[in-house]
Amino acid sequence: MSTKILIPTPLRPYTDKKDAVDADGGTVGEVLADLTLKHAGLKGHLYNEQGKLRSFVNVYINDEDIRYLQKEQTPVKAGDTLSIIPSVAGGVDSGSGAVSSSAVAEIAPDPELTNDEVKRYSRHLIMPEVGVDGQRKLKASKVLCIGAGGLGSPVAMYLAAAGVGTLGIVDFDVVDFSNLHRQILHGTSDVGRSKLASAKDKLVAINPEVKIVLHEVALTSQNALELFAPYDVIVDGTDNFPTRYLVNDACVLLGKPNAYGSIFRFEGQASVFGTKDGPCYRCLYPEPPPPGLVPSCAEGGVLGVLPGMVGMIQATEAIKLILGVGEPLIGRFLIYDALRMRFRELKLRKDPDCPVCGTHPTVTALIDYEQFCGIHPAAPEVATVIDHATEITALELKRRLDRGDALKIVDVREPNEYQINRIPGSVLIPLGDVPQRYKELDPSDEIVVQCKMGGRSAKAADFLRSVGFTRVLNLKGGILDWIDKVDPSQPKY
Amino acid sequence: MSNRRVALTAAVDAEIRRHGAETFPHECCGALVGDSATGRVAATVALPNTTEEGPRRRFLVRPSDYRLAEQRATELGAELLGFYHSHPDHPARPSQFDLDHAWPTFAYVIVSVMNGAAERMTVWFLKDDRSIFEEGELDVDENSDSHAAAAVHR
Repeated sequence: MSTKILIPTPLRPYTDKKDAVDADGGTVGEVLADLTLKHAGLKGHLYNEQGKLRSFVNVYINDEDIRYLQKEQTPVKAGDTLSIIPSVAGGVDSGSGAVSSSAVAEIAPDPELTNDEVKRYSRHLIMPEVGVDGQRKLKASKVLCIGAGGLGSPVAMYLAAAGVGTLGIVDFDVVDFSNLHRQILHGTSDVGRSKLASAKDKLVAINPEVKIVLHEVALTSQNALELFAPYDVIVDGTDNFPTRYLVNDACVLLGKPNAYGSIFRFEGQASVFGTKDGPCYRCLYPEPPPPGLVPSCAEGGVLGVLPGMVGMIQATEAIKLILGVGEPLIGRFLIYDALRMRFRELKLRKDPDCPVCGTHPTVTALIDYEQFCGIHPAAPEVATVIDHATEITALELKRRLDRGDALKIVDVREPNEYQINRIPGSVLIPLGDVPQRYKELDPSDEIVVQCKMGGRSAKAADFLRSVGFTRVLNLKGGILDWIDKVDPSQPKY
Repeated sequence: MSNRRVALTAAVDAEIRRHGAETFPHECCGALVGDSATGRVAATVALPNTTEEGPRRRFLVRPSDYRLAEQRATELGAELLGFYHSHPDHPARPSQFDLDHAWPTFAYVIVSVMNGAAERMTVWFLKDDRSIFEEGELDVDENSDSHAAAAVHR
């Protein structure tokens, strides 16, 4: 009597790749014996050296395990189907093969928690991933936050709340009204104060147990290594390329992880750079973009909530690195699109040719990052000199308008900027539209072009001259200077 | 898989590591589903670790879960290529216990999870005479998006 036997994937090479074969016998044992006679390769995998079915080989008759019937003596009837079903098992060797994970045993024990701290951190303490040991690691840890702005605000507030023992902050800026829609460390009454003083008040209010260290300096190639040295994790909340490359290189040189984040309009990015085996910012971007190509938040705008999301990712990564739990954002580049509410993840690889973290680094000390990013120091003295053939100041413009001169004022900003403030009588032709719309202008008119600060309008003036306009003046300092000097009633942005 | 080569998509690679880190300090286990001709693993099926010997050192996929994995492979029009499991705080090398319980032709992917972080990952195949595990070649697909990252430089 022939019985059908279903063969699992790993054994099919021994049954001519068939997933079912037939064998004869009146009991399960007899059928299996006939099976291994017909397909000899199966024997060693089904039976051990003593001729017994291996413990991880399960034999089912129809849907029943033969262990719960009469084992190999279970009778087989016509129409029954046998199935060989693997148990898959494994594990680590016990004893000598184990790798000791006691590399940190030499380090001083982490500080104990006070009773107040136990109360404060109780929701951490009851999680196995943190627990008392993890919270003591946090208390012993030192994190440096570069910037107390959009990203620095949520980073510092959550790290302080979470009980990071020492929180350093580098910033030298003053709180401005235009910061308040996103920099939640600072409030309306803080406008005009130093960001660090404002930050300290807020952080101490959140958690007085945390030691706040204020570094009211501009981060430079001269001070970065010394500043970073005492800290365990660096959180990059900078908004410009020279500082970003400086933070990256300093972290790589010191071997400190860099919880990186950046924001622009509706898009955020985050990763962890600077770890021993992981990539760094230069593995991703060996060269900075040409200056002026990528607008800053001041130029391009940013959704107020965006740095909250990205900063919290940075804070999460910093905490995971300190606790040594989970899967850090190393070798992964997270892109967050707030408009579509989507996260994308790109895989990053350490570049063996990376100039700073590669196998043969060429950058072994901090360099001049302004120069590296193609930014030349401004020459303010020269900039204030007015070329009366091509430029006009706000006061001069006002005087000539008051005198009744027929000046055509062309505002080359975007419509949403024009909505905020404008010079009375100006017409709006955004810079990008000028090449199509310049014919709306009369080349015989005297034209004053104007934007927010004078940069875009200088380009518009050059264009107009190139197409034959001869009387074009650029408003020096843009509408901001106009508001400062002539019309303080209008809002600035 | 004839040449003992296994290729993981970036998503599969990430999923195995995530599973290993998530279950740390316990062992995780799951099935690898894909194409046996190319050794390409297209999906994983995370399975419960049903060992009764202590999940810090052992894993067991019970027969019902094995059947589930084969079913899942069939549903996907693919094959069951093997299994993965983690070695918490131990290197990504097969143990004697792994060898004693191994099935032929299956790819055994082992991920080492040290202090909760997934580290080295290796793949092993049982030699036909059951005497030893032979290490295979484990590739992780380059993410085609890595160039896209450079395009969003800011």
